[in-house]
Amino acid sequence: MAIQPFAGGEGGFYARDRAWHPPVASPAYKSTTLRAPRHALLSLGQTRSELTGPAFGHDILNPLDNDLIRNFSQDGSDAIGQRLVVYGQIMDENARPVPNTLVEFWQANAGGRYRHKREGYIAALDPNFGGCGRAITDADGYYHFRTIKPGAYPWPNGGNDWRPAHIHFSVFGHAFAQRLITQMYFEGDPMIWQDPIALSIPDRTAVEQLIARLDRHNTTPMDTLAYRFDIVLRGRRSTFFENRVEGN
Amino acid sequence: MLNKLPPLKESPSQTAGPYVHIGLTPSLERITEANVPDLGAGPVPGFGPRIIVAGRVFDGSAAPVSDAVVELWQADADGNHGNAFGRVACDGTGAYRFDTVKPGRVGGPDGKLMAPHLTLWIVARGINIGLHTRVYFEDEAEANETDFVLNRIMDVRRRKTLIAVRSDADGKTVYTFDIRLQGGDETVFFDI
Repeated sequence: MAIQPFAGGEGGFYARDRAWHPPVASPAYKSTTLRAPRHALLSLGQTRSELTGPAFGHDILNPLDNDLIRNFSQDGSDAIGQRLVVYGQIMDENARPVPNTLVEFWQANAGGRYRHKREGYIAALDPNFGGCGRAITDADGYYHFRTIKPGAYPWPNGGNDWRPAHIHFSVFGHAFAQRLITQMYFEGDPMIWQDPIALSIPDRTAVEQLIARLDRHNTTPMDTLAYRFDIVLRGRRSTFFENRVEGN
Repeated sequence: MLNKLPPLKESPSQTAGPYVHIGLTPSLERITEANVPDLGAGPVPGFGPRIIVAGRVFDGSAAPVSDAVVELWQADADGNHGNAFGRVACDGTGAYRFDTVKPGRVGGPDGKLMAPHLTLWIVARGINIGLHTRVYFEDEAEANETDFVLNRIMDVRRRKTLIAVRSDADGKTVYTFDIRLQGGDETVFFDI
């Protein structure tokens, strides 16, 4: 017996908790002023167009895609900066791992400068640092990559706004409804709480979900510090009265 | 059984920022060692008649959004979702362009077929959470009339913001679809 009690039908995703995400307009982050839709978003539930999504295999990965310390090296030397391993588990809201999904990341160099044509900060470019990488999660939903700690940098928003050190993340999940771009911050950084972009998220607990924890256990002695950053994608509802193939 | 409260909360979104190209279209920043080739670049794979879908992205002051990245996800001409994914960065005039296939009809939750459509997802500096929209086709008027999603738009005047305009030139079929983030002709965006 198949019934469809809610828009989106059986096995759709939990509705997005928009109060947990930043609103479309957050005045302290000025760029949102003219780019935020004024109309309410139209609730759609999900159809097959949202319940499906692209899949990417290991064949798209280059050998050094998950090593930002070496993947732009011009002269064979490592990128400058504090050496890190960043790793974590991608799960859904039901706490199930999300395996075999593509994770992309990008960041500024140790001085807080991006390799980008519109970048205007005076900090030096590192000739051996590009600033992007990607990985595919393993069977348990884990990803990892090696990088250097990005620097904080000033940006033209308020009179003297600085972004806290952060790494950008893009995650696909297994359905286009799960598509997510977010940012990772570093435990103990006081600048997080002065940042109009982090604070575009209204709930302090939600901001804390984006703060990676120092993980001494996975530190490589005499080499790299480790930070753990778990990411949660949307989860699917159970189906009433019926078991789904995906299991519940 | 009834659903328990899910134990975890979705990670909150953050803007892709102005330097999104480093991560998503790195060849534009001359990063040619990692993340190559650019994901979703070039003709979108899939079965069906080839079409061009192109347009510009504008902000609430009608200024072009030159730093957006637009992603495409769609069914093929048979209505099957294979792996037809595309990704492009807007140029200095806010323009984007996909070389893709005309999709077929996909079943909707009301048991009827939806009209042919593409799904777009737009991220940029100043967009706190990626915006989902759909591209429908003006030469599918009959299918559009009964489409489950288009009919959910109560203000019928706004439905046209999701309908791409067809033109034919040099043997190519081009559908023009501008995206207005805000303002009088604001595109309909979805909470999916």
